[in-house]
Amino acid sequence: MTVPATVAELVRQFRANGRIVIVGASLAGLRAAEALRAEGFTGSVTIIGDEPYEPYDRPPLSKQVLKGWVPADHTKLPRLREVNAQWRLGVTATGLDRAAKQVRLADGEQIPYDRLLIATGTRARQWPNPDEAALEGVYSLRSRDDAAQLQKALAAPPSRVVVIGAGFIGSEVASVCRELDLPVTVVERGSAPLVGALGGVIGEIAAEMHRDHGVDLRCGLGVSSLEGDSGGHVRRAHLSDGTTVDADVVVASLGSIRNVEWLEGAGLASGFWGVGCDAGGRAFDINGVVTDSIYVAGDVARSPHVLYEYQFLAMEHWDNAVLGAEAAAHNMVNLEPHYRPHLLLPGFWSGQFGLNIKSVGVPPFGDEIVFTQGSVKERRFAAAYGRRGRIVAAVAFDHGKWLEYYGKLIEQSGPFPPPPPGWDHPPDMKPIPAEFPQPGVPTAIPDVVLTGHDPSERGAEFRPRPR
Amino acid sequence: MVEETPWQQALRYANRANPYPFYEELRRTPVARQPDGSYVVSTYREVVQLLHDPRVTSDQRKRPDTPSNPFEATIITEDPSEHDVDRRRMMRHFAPPECPQTIADFEPEIRRVFGELLNDMKGKTRVDFVDEFAFPGPVTVICKVLGVPLESIPRFHGWIEAALDGLDFGPEANDPEQQRRTAAVPDQVAEFRQFLAGLIDQYRKQPGPGMFSGMVNDGGPEGLSQQSIVRNAMLMLFAGHETTVNLIAHSVLNLLRHPDQLEKLRRRPELIVPGVEELLRFESSVQFWPTRSALEDIEIAGTTIPKGAPIFLAYGSANRDPERFENPDRLDLERPDNQHVGYSQGIHYCFGAPLARLEAQTAVGEFVRRVQNPRLVEDPPPYRRNQIFRGPRHVWVDIDGIRD
Ligand SMILES: Cc1cc2nc3c(=O)[nH]c(=O)nc-3n(C[C@H](O)[C@H](O)[C@H](O)COP(=O)(O)OP(=O)(O)OC[C@H]3O[C@@H](n4cnc5c(N)ncnc54)[C@H](O)[C@@H]3O)c2cc1C
Repeated sequence: MTVPATVAELVRQFRANGRIVIVGASLAGLRAAEALRAEGFTGSVTIIGDEPYEPYDRPPLSKQVLKGWVPADHTKLPRLREVNAQWRLGVTATGLDRAAKQVRLADGEQIPYDRLLIATGTRARQWPNPDEAALEGVYSLRSRDDAAQLQKALAAPPSRVVVIGAGFIGSEVASVCRELDLPVTVVERGSAPLVGALGGVIGEIAAEMHRDHGVDLRCGLGVSSLEGDSGGHVRRAHLSDGTTVDADVVVASLGSIRNVEWLEGAGLASGFWGVGCDAGGRAFDINGVVTDSIYVAGDVARSPHVLYEYQFLAMEHWDNAVLGAEAAAHNMVNLEPHYRPHLLLPGFWSGQFGLNIKSVGVPPFGDEIVFTQGSVKERRFAAAYGRRGRIVAAVAFDHGKWLEYYGKLIEQSGPFPPPPPGWDHPPDMKPIPAEFPQPGVPTAIPDVVLTGHDPSERGAEFRPRPR
Repeated sequence: MVEETPWQQALRYANRANPYPFYEELRRTPVARQPDGSYVVSTYREVVQLLHDPRVTSDQRKRPDTPSNPFEATIITEDPSEHDVDRRRMMRHFAPPECPQTIADFEPEIRRVFGELLNDMKGKTRVDFVDEFAFPGPVTVICKVLGVPLESIPRFHGWIEAALDGLDFGPEANDPEQQRRTAAVPDQVAEFRQFLAGLIDQYRKQPGPGMFSGMVNDGGPEGLSQQSIVRNAMLMLFAGHETTVNLIAHSVLNLLRHPDQLEKLRRRPELIVPGVEELLRFESSVQFWPTRSALEDIEIAGTTIPKGAPIFLAYGSANRDPERFENPDRLDLERPDNQHVGYSQGIHYCFGAPLARLEAQTAVGEFVRRVQNPRLVEDPPPYRRNQIFRGPRHVWVDIDGIRD
């Protein structure tokens, strides 16, 4: 038998009888399992998830669920096909032994795999002071349980809600509060809501939206501490300008932390920024060499994107989890010439203050913005982001049906500013600075050092940074 | 004689039953200039691209030649911002977020309507599934949704038929017989409008059930003008059933032509939802739409559509594009990734699609479940004249009976 024929035979056998383990039983994990079956994989699939629930959908948690329209336990993800998997729910993966090809579970069990998919997503960054975070009435929002508890608290109703952080989730929570007619104060360290994702120009519009809907929006400020009453319930937030806000519900929406701790010591390129992988979802080891048997998808993955100068992008969006999982699953059971890249044009949607916000591309990659359609005053518009004369992203407020057009332009490295529309454009179509904050320098990233001397022994190592 | 382009041939009445071979030829030039200076776009990718291009207008008043059109100044022939505002003003009496229940609430009624039509066939051995099923079902439903008295169906049916017969985009437009039909259109449309104006006036004096009454009595800041209500009411009454009639008629026809698929649907009723999508792809109820034109030079697929040129987007052809749909001429009720353009895309995406889908799913589901041993009598059946809203005039079927 020739070598390629041998390899093909191995793949055939693997497809028939291989063992695939998926860690992370949520959107990416489920869709990957379904895709594996759709690809004709008949071996064993084991799905490990630390939540006790079957895969459920997160976007409704901060919208319909908080409003009380849909109970938190009615968000189960629809099944697209039979996955016939062994589900290990309610148990955490605590380690990965790549030499023995085993995943270690918290209950001591070891699960062997031929191929592994890492889909452990992210978790909410908690309020940093643990005592304050433990006060009753302090919430974050990532899981079904979080949403159920917060919904209950909002229905109580509280006298005032403080939302810390005005990213997408913080803004959605604030919006729900106003819909429920609850007084809400939003404290945002940046100059306006959504600035990190969409820049200062759009942030200003978002800020007006908050204010028009009666949100007490405080920008350029932080919460310095939370104060509890004698019963251990939160009652006040102290702000960095010395003022205080009385509240009995505090929602910390401080962004996310990638669930990678369980991979420590496994020698993968994983850390603060997620798990590095190629555009086909194949994980990199610590040296930046691609692995053969480990794949990554969803919020925890970070891969180079050809449209964005091959920068490594982590995309914490629903579409990315679904399509990344499908691409990874495909590549897990196919041979090299048939590998598929996951070259998603990133996209996001959000519902807040009665408005539908959508974006395509990577807005922070741009440095200029131009309003192309509709009217900012009426809060229904589309705007494009550009960098060096090329369109890299677009955002729409109640104008989502046009994003397809911008998406196409972005895919084709179209010009910036884009060709003007034939109608309904703002009087002034001049690009202006998009006003993104300077990229912050993340703290607490370990140092990387190179070890070994001979080319054959060279390797990289993470060393915790001394404080 | 000059040879006709594939598009012109596709539009000939003789080819109404099967324009697809001409579409196939047409797709060899994705954006094809016609002798009259219009551009026909027939491939899926290009159709979708233009549906999202804000340099393409749907408003014929912006064209140098400004042809007349019975649907002038309605949401389907307006651009933003007018379009967005008017569509929203109408939508709020029909669909979420303001009316999340409207369509769902109609489900029992739809089931009842189609159920009774089938009951009426009991004892017959030969049935015309257009006159006795595909037409009366949707027309009854749309009348109830809009608030049009059922007694007036025969009247407006006549006006609509006449208006449709008079609209011809093909080489036969200049035949004397067709010219006579075309000449009759304005009067028919005027009468239709007058009828609706009267009805709407009545609702203004005394509110009643349905969307029309909701639209005239909208106390919100965003009311529609009387004129605009009448024009859009005509659009809705018209488009709200014509398309569904043809969809249901074609569905019956095509299921009978593909007994294996019919059998599959009978055994696996869960396939009804994807099945109706496939039937929609297979025979798009709206074959093309004629009111678009270019506001700028648009470069696409190696062609430049010059500013001012009319553009025909051929949905019927795009939905059979082998570059997008594997084996497009095969009816496959389980087709994966079936994102057809049967309801268009972009801002003019069919307003009534959720209602039409529900009707078609119900009608086809009940047909499959209840009609015993149906056999097509005549294939191909006779077709209606109109090219946009293409459909059989009759679908005669021999049956053994109607199950309960
Ligand atoms: C409130 C909210 C609203 C959102 N709204 C939108 C929106 O409107 N639009 C949009 O595009 N996106 C939205 N998102 C983002 C979207 O939900 C995520 O992109 C998506 O859930 C990512 O899927 P995932 O499977 O990669 O990760 P996750 O959904 O985070 O799933 C990872 C799973 O792995 C589990 N896990 C982690 N570590 C371990 C371990 N060691 N062992 C076992 N299991 C483990 C986790 O508990 C979790 O169940 C929202 C997210 C949230 C939280």
